[in-house]
Amino acid sequence: MAEQQIEKDTADTLVSDFTPPTAAVRSLRKLADGKQPRRVADGEKLTPGRRVGRILMYVALVIFAIGLLTPFVWMVLSSLKSANEVFSVPIKWLPETWVWQNYVDIWSQSNMLVWIRNTLVLAVVVTFLQVLTGSFAAYGFARMRFRGRDVLFLLYVATIAVPWQSYMIPQFILLSNFKVSNTLWSIILIQAFGAFGVFLMKQFYETIPEELSEAARIDGLSEYGIWRRIMLPLSVPALASLTLLTFVNTWNDYLGPLIYLRNPDLWTIQLGLKSFVSNLFDTNYALLFAGLTISVIPIAIIFLLGQKYFVEGIATSGLKG
Amino acid sequence: MATITATGTGAPPPEIPAYRRHSKLRRRNTLIGWSFILPNFLGFALLTLVPIIVLFYMSFTNWNVFGKADWVGLANFQRLIGDGSFRISLLNTLYYSVMHIPLTIVVSLGLALLLNNKLRGVAFFRTAAFFPYITSIVAIAVVWNLLFSPDYGPINEFLRFLGIQNPPGWLTSPQWAMPAVVIVSTWRDMGYYMILFLAGLQTVPRELHEAARMDGANVWQRFLNVTLPCLRPTMFFVTVILTINSFKIFDLILVMTNGGPGQATSVLSQFIYRKGFVESQFGYASAAAVALFFLCLIVTIVQFLWNKRGNK
Repeated sequence: MAEQQIEKDTADTLVSDFTPPTAAVRSLRKLADGKQPRRVADGEKLTPGRRVGRILMYVALVIFAIGLLTPFVWMVLSSLKSANEVFSVPIKWLPETWVWQNYVDIWSQSNMLVWIRNTLVLAVVVTFLQVLTGSFAAYGFARMRFRGRDVLFLLYVATIAVPWQSYMIPQFILLSNFKVSNTLWSIILIQAFGAFGVFLMKQFYETIPEELSEAARIDGLSEYGIWRRIMLPLSVPALASLTLLTFVNTWNDYLGPLIYLRNPDLWTIQLGLKSFVSNLFDTNYALLFAGLTISVIPIAIIFLLGQKYFVEGIATSGLKG
Repeated sequence: MATITATGTGAPPPEIPAYRRHSKLRRRNTLIGWSFILPNFLGFALLTLVPIIVLFYMSFTNWNVFGKADWVGLANFQRLIGDGSFRISLLNTLYYSVMHIPLTIVVSLGLALLLNNKLRGVAFFRTAAFFPYITSIVAIAVVWNLLFSPDYGPINEFLRFLGIQNPPGWLTSPQWAMPAVVIVSTWRDMGYYMILFLAGLQTVPRELHEAARMDGANVWQRFLNVTLPCLRPTMFFVTVILTINSFKIFDLILVMTNGGPGQATSVLSQFIYRKGFVESQFGYASAAAVALFFLCLIVTIVQFLWNKRGNK
C-alpha cells in the first residue's frame, strides 16, 4: 500500500507539472463563457494618464490586428486576381478585375475534389476513433483503481516530451511491414491513438464529482454503464474540444501524409496544394490562392462555431493533438 | 487523496477475512480498468512505445532500405560527430530556439496582458489571435513566402516605404532566412501561448494589485513584482512546451525553405527526414533521432529540476 502511495505521488506531481494550473483553467472557462468578473475600474474616473494609457492600448491592439490578419486578407484578395496581377509592382491590394472564375477553375485544373474527399475521410475516422478510445481509456485512468495504473499513465505523459520526428522512422518501417503504408489506414493508425485524447478527457473527468458515479454504482450500474450514461453526457464540452482539435489537426496534417501517402489518388488537401506549388512550371498563383482559401474555409467555420471549445481544450490540456 | 477515500469507505467489517475480499475486488477492478484502457493502449503501445524502443536498436545498426541490418555499435554516432551537415542542423536548431522561445514568450505575454484589459473588441481579438495557429502549414508557408518575396513582396515594399533602401532578401538570403522563419512561427504560435498566459493571468489575485497600487507601485513595478511571480507555474509550463516544440521544428521549415538557401535553415528534424526518407539510411537517421530524443529529454528534465529548486 505504502509503495503504491509513493508511486501515486510521483505520478501526480509529474502530471500536475505537465498541465496548466487547474485554477487557471477554471477561470479561463469563466472567461470563455463571457461572464467576466466585474472590474472595479468601471466605477473609477478616467484620469488623463489613464486615458492616454487606454489610447495606447487601442493603438497596440490595432497594430496587432493588422499584423495578424494581413496574411489572410492578402491570401483571399490574391485569390480573386488574375494570374499575373498577383506579382504586380507596386503592389495593388485590391484586384483590378475580380476573377471569381478562379474558384470555378481550381476544381477542374486540380484534383481538389479527390483531395478533399480523402482529407474528410481521414479527419472523420481519426476523430471518431480518438474520441471513442480516448474517453474510454480516460475513464479507466480517472476512475478505476488498480495496480500499475499510474505507471501506465506516466508512460502516456512522458511521450509528450518525445517528438514524433524522433520515432517517425521506426514507425514507418513498422507500418510498411504491416503493408499499410501508402494507404489511408496508415494515417488513421498514427493519428487515432495519441496520448492527447486520453490526457484531455482524464483532466475533465477528474472535475466531475465522484459522488455521481458512486450513486450510480450503488444503483447497480456497471462501470461501462457509468461511463456511457453518466460520464459521456456530462463531458460534452470536453468531447467537443477533443473532436474539434482532432478534426482540425488531421485536416491540417502535412508530415504524416507526406511520408505515408505516395499515391496521388490518396493525397490529402495539404499534400495536393503543396504539389500544386512545386509541380507546375509556372504556377498560377491566383488559382493556388483560391485553393488555399478553400482549404482554410472549413477550418475557419469550425473554429468560429466552436471557438469556446478550442480555447478550453487548449487550456485544459495545454497541448494540441 | 484518492487513496485515503478508498481505504476509508472500503474498510470491511472485522469478522470477514479482509485480504480475501480485497484481493478479489482488486482483481476485478484491475480487469475492468484494463478493459477501459486497452483499446487505446494497444494503438499507443504499438505505434508509439514500440517505435521508440526500436529506434534505439536501429541507431546501433546500419539498417537500410532492403531491411538489412548489421550491428555496427557506436559507428553511427561517431559518424554523426564528424558530420558537418549534422553539426549545422544542430546549431540551426539551437539558433532557431534561442530566437523563437524568448520572442514568443514576450509577444504572447504582451498580447495576453493587452487582452486581459477591458477594451472594446477584446473578444474579437482573442479569437483572431488564435486563428493562425489552426491554419494549415501549407497555406501559411505559401502566403508568407510571397509576402517575404524580396522584389515583389509587400513586406519589403513597406520597408522601402519606411525609407529602408536595401531591405533584406529574407528567404533568399542565408542570413535572413532563419529570422524570417522565426517571424512566421512566432506569428503562428503566439495565439496559442497567449491563451495559456491569459488563463494564468486570471489567477493573479486582484487584491495584490490593489495593495501594490496603494503602496505607490507603478504599472511596470506591479508587473515585475505581482504579475510575473504569480504567473510562475504558467511560465514554467509554457517554457517546457515551447522548448520541445522549438527543438522539433520541422514542417514549417520543410514547406517554407526546405532547409535552404544552402543549409541556412536546415534543422535536426530535417536532417533525420533527409537521411531516413530521402537517402534511406535508416540506421544513421535513427542515430540522429536518438540525439533529438535526448536533447528534448535532457532540456525537459533540467527545466523540471530548476522549477523544483525555485519552488523551495
